[in-house]
Amino acid sequence: MNQVSQTESTSAAPGGMTVSDTDVAIDVVGMHKWYGDFHVLRDIDLRVMRGERIVIAGPSGSGKSTLIRCINRLEEHQQGQIIVNGTELTNDLKRIDEVRREVGMVFQHFNLFPHLTILQNLTLAPIWVRGVPKAEAEDMAMHYLERVKIPEQAMKFPGQLSGGQQQRVAIARSLCMQPKIMLFDEPTSALDPEMVKEVLEVMISLAQEGMTMICVTHEMGFARQVANRVIFMDQGQIIEQNEPEAFFSNPQHERTKLFLSQILH
Amino acid sequence: MSIAFVRTDMAPSQSPPTRSSGLVGWARKNLFATPVDTIFTIIGVLFLIWAVPPIYGFIFPTSLGGNAVAPGGTVEQCRVENAGACWAYIAARFNFFIYGFYPISEYWRPNIVFAMGAVLIVPLLWPAIPYKGINALLFFVVFPVVSFYLLNGGVFGLKPVPTEQWGGLMVTLIISLVGIICSIPIGILLALGRQSDLPIIKTLCVMFIELWRAVPLITVLFMASIMLPLFMPQGMTVDKLLRALVGVTLFASAYLAEVVRGGLQALPRGQYEAGASLGLSYWKRMFFIILPQALKHVIPGIVNNFISLFKDTSLVSIVGIFDLLNTVQAASSDIDWASPTQAVTGYLFAAFVFWIFCFAMSRYSLFMERRLNTGHKR
Amino acid sequence: MAVQGNLRTAPPRTSFFNDPVVRGIIYQVVVAAIVIGFFAWIIVNTAQNLAAQNKSTGFDFLFRTAGFNISFTLIPFDRSSYYWEAFLVGLLNTLLVAVIGIFFATILGFVLGIARLSSNWLISRFATVYVETIRNIPLLLQLFFWYFAVLKAMPAVRDSISLPMGIYINQRGLFVPKPVPDDQFVWVYAAVVLALVLCFALSRWAKRRLETTGKRFPVLLSSIGLFLVVVAVGFVLSGASVSFDMPELQRFNFRGGLELPPEFVALVFGLTIYTAAFIAENVRGGIQAVSHGQTEAAQSLGLKEGDRLRLVIVPQAMRVIIPPLTSQYLNLTKNSSLGAAIGYPELVNVFTGTTLNQTGKAIEVIAMTMAVYLTFSLLTSAFMNWYNGRVALVER
Repeated sequence: MNQVSQTESTSAAPGGMTVSDTDVAIDVVGMHKWYGDFHVLRDIDLRVMRGERIVIAGPSGSGKSTLIRCINRLEEHQQGQIIVNGTELTNDLKRIDEVRREVGMVFQHFNLFPHLTILQNLTLAPIWVRGVPKAEAEDMAMHYLERVKIPEQAMKFPGQLSGGQQQRVAIARSLCMQPKIMLFDEPTSALDPEMVKEVLEVMISLAQEGMTMICVTHEMGFARQVANRVIFMDQGQIIEQNEPEAFFSNPQHERTKLFLSQILH
Repeated sequence: MSIAFVRTDMAPSQSPPTRSSGLVGWARKNLFATPVDTIFTIIGVLFLIWAVPPIYGFIFPTSLGGNAVAPGGTVEQCRVENAGACWAYIAARFNFFIYGFYPISEYWRPNIVFAMGAVLIVPLLWPAIPYKGINALLFFVVFPVVSFYLLNGGVFGLKPVPTEQWGGLMVTLIISLVGIICSIPIGILLALGRQSDLPIIKTLCVMFIELWRAVPLITVLFMASIMLPLFMPQGMTVDKLLRALVGVTLFASAYLAEVVRGGLQALPRGQYEAGASLGLSYWKRMFFIILPQALKHVIPGIVNNFISLFKDTSLVSIVGIFDLLNTVQAASSDIDWASPTQAVTGYLFAAFVFWIFCFAMSRYSLFMERRLNTGHKR
Repeated sequence: MAVQGNLRTAPPRTSFFNDPVVRGIIYQVVVAAIVIGFFAWIIVNTAQNLAAQNKSTGFDFLFRTAGFNISFTLIPFDRSSYYWEAFLVGLLNTLLVAVIGIFFATILGFVLGIARLSSNWLISRFATVYVETIRNIPLLLQLFFWYFAVLKAMPAVRDSISLPMGIYINQRGLFVPKPVPDDQFVWVYAAVVLALVLCFALSRWAKRRLETTGKRFPVLLSSIGLFLVVVAVGFVLSGASVSFDMPELQRFNFRGGLELPPEFVALVFGLTIYTAAFIAENVRGGIQAVSHGQTEAAQSLGLKEGDRLRLVIVPQAMRVIIPPLTSQYLNLTKNSSLGAAIGYPELVNVFTGTTLNQTGKAIEVIAMTMAVYLTFSLLTSAFMNWYNGRVALVER
């Protein structure tokens, strides 16, 4: 099954240091996933170190969203291992909750709760999951709203905000849980072009603070600027990965070349 | 050191591990996913074991391992203890359930009407078949007129058959078809009136629609059967079936108006404006631009309305008309076929007939809905 | 409509009839004239018809003695009662069956609606078969089935079927034990009120505690416990006792207990089963209307399943469910009029049936009946407008 060994590429941390377990944020080993009979993810090996910023690119249907959705168990994998923060994901609900508390996720369509105000969206999980007192949760929510530069919208409802503002709220909502890892599932794909920038700015500032991030996106400018590593997926498998500079300037695999030529024009 | 990696050969597509596919995987996922699921599944299976054999035994004849008396059986067989459904009784009174008291020698007349209806309605409902306009004209205008003279007689040497003798499924179909056919034009006018900005017309339409939608059909039928004769000039009598038809039509058109209004509101404003900018008059705009689109979108709604109407026609039995339900109810006191299962068998038969019609129509409505949705997206 | 505004910008030399404002007025005058003429024609005809039949009009008949009996009443009624009391009996019976039907149909409908979405194939299939069978068969037929084929086919009184807890069922209906509280029982009622107040206070306290300290408190379980304890203490301290009036088989019929006539049972059964199928569809639609993304967002925030449902999914689904649910309640109330066909003395049976037959006051009686249902309908739509205005999601 493991015809391709990835040990060489993943056993070393980006800085070339030797790896200790505490430095590993996510470890995916020989993972496979099927939708019914359709083999969506094949033989995925991926090790993400703390503070690492990874961009996953690939044509639609290549399984990149499915991969990051497996990491917080929105999708179930059938074979192989996924270890997040030292917790292996199994059917055990306790472990799943443990992992989800530490992993934030930002969705393509924001998925804010439309019946709650922005502030309530942000405080919901801290209050009900972490048991943070309401006043404290609200202070924290306001802090993160300021970080994403929309504190004045706190009392509005999601439906009253623009797409870019909603996505920034969604990021703030995840941050309120003080996650160790952030997953971004095409966060700018549903946005009008003029709003992409405001969301990317927030993501860049997060990256600069050393947040561990995995980001599925087509924003290659963002990849160049902040990623430590770019991963190219096709047909449910990791085809190629490299540092951004090398990845864009010198793609190796035929499929990567084809993909890059299509999206970079 | 480098993090670079390039896959040299592609991983082939494999079939999923057995526990996630095939029958076992299916059962694990759909029946035994959690302990609670397993408990529910076990309860469900026990329920099936408890419920299915008696039901099967009641419905299916002895030749299929049940206890029911097949058509052609005798009343004595139906009176045996633990006998199932008495289908022999249904077979014996079948003509009554279909034609009511219509003279046997004239059965060919309703039969022709049934055949004509079927021949006209199938191509009308089939989206791919062309000539919808002429087809609709035949079904909605020519067919009712021809059917009326054929059934009622009194012309071309046909023996007159007064409506008191009509009955059974025939009357159920007549009432629901007349109800829907008459209510479509009235409902459209009411819907347009409700959307109009002429205050008097709007108010009248709103009052009409809301009044009939507010009251139960049974009171409408009482009103039609008791008050209609009072409203007519002295000496003028109104046929009992016609009274029920008036009641059903008033009721149905109010509901249809609301369905059509939904279609009118769903149309983008641009359509109204485009019509106006072409310089068309109000009626031309409505008939050539707005209504064709609006009506197309509400076909599923109209069909659903028709399903309700079809079920509601059973209420005419309360004002003494022999529709399908009333013939079954009347026959259940037929002493010749008296048996413990007589009434139940009759209700099962009627339920089955109603169910077949309604279920088929609801599937059709779903089919049109999907078709319209995909058409819309493109 | 903007359309007409556009037409108004036509050249000024427009002829009199082509002015849309004038045209609109003419249309309306014509329609109004036709409607008024129609009603005048009807009124004249009716007056002539009534005169020919020597009948008068007016509501004075309401204060005449009804002279008939009603088998099932919530207020005292006998032959010497007035017609307006008969009207009231019918109205109350309609409301009774509607309230009970709504209660059971809601429970059954929600269970079925959720079952239809169950990941358990068997359970969702059961719910689907139920819904597709029940809603495609006329309600009247189902009522006939329950009444004539099931309840009337029950054994005679002597051979009553005995169910657990002293319940008997036979041709004459359902006989259940009737609780008879003694005088001290007023203290128990007081304890119930106190317990409810305490539970309310507890939930307020738990909410504040959550907000200030972030500590959760099992409100539901402790409320149930508190309620039971308070009521039990009240019961013991007051020395109240409740005796049960058990139905007992006498020579010809049951004595004592609470007698539920078969018409009532069949109507409640039929309305519940029929309406539940429609409510189930509304519930399913409402839950499905909440996008899966909402569940995923809640999951990825680490909310547990119970919290996910309570805080995210149910509040959103209920906004979608409540308006059609209200109209199902209205439908059930209107459909309770079918009780007339199986002899349950509700409004249509007592008033539009018996009263109309005896008095011949067709217009008055039908107008009053329709006015009742019209009132129900207006109240329902007033509620719906209020609710929709209150919960409408704020959009840009």
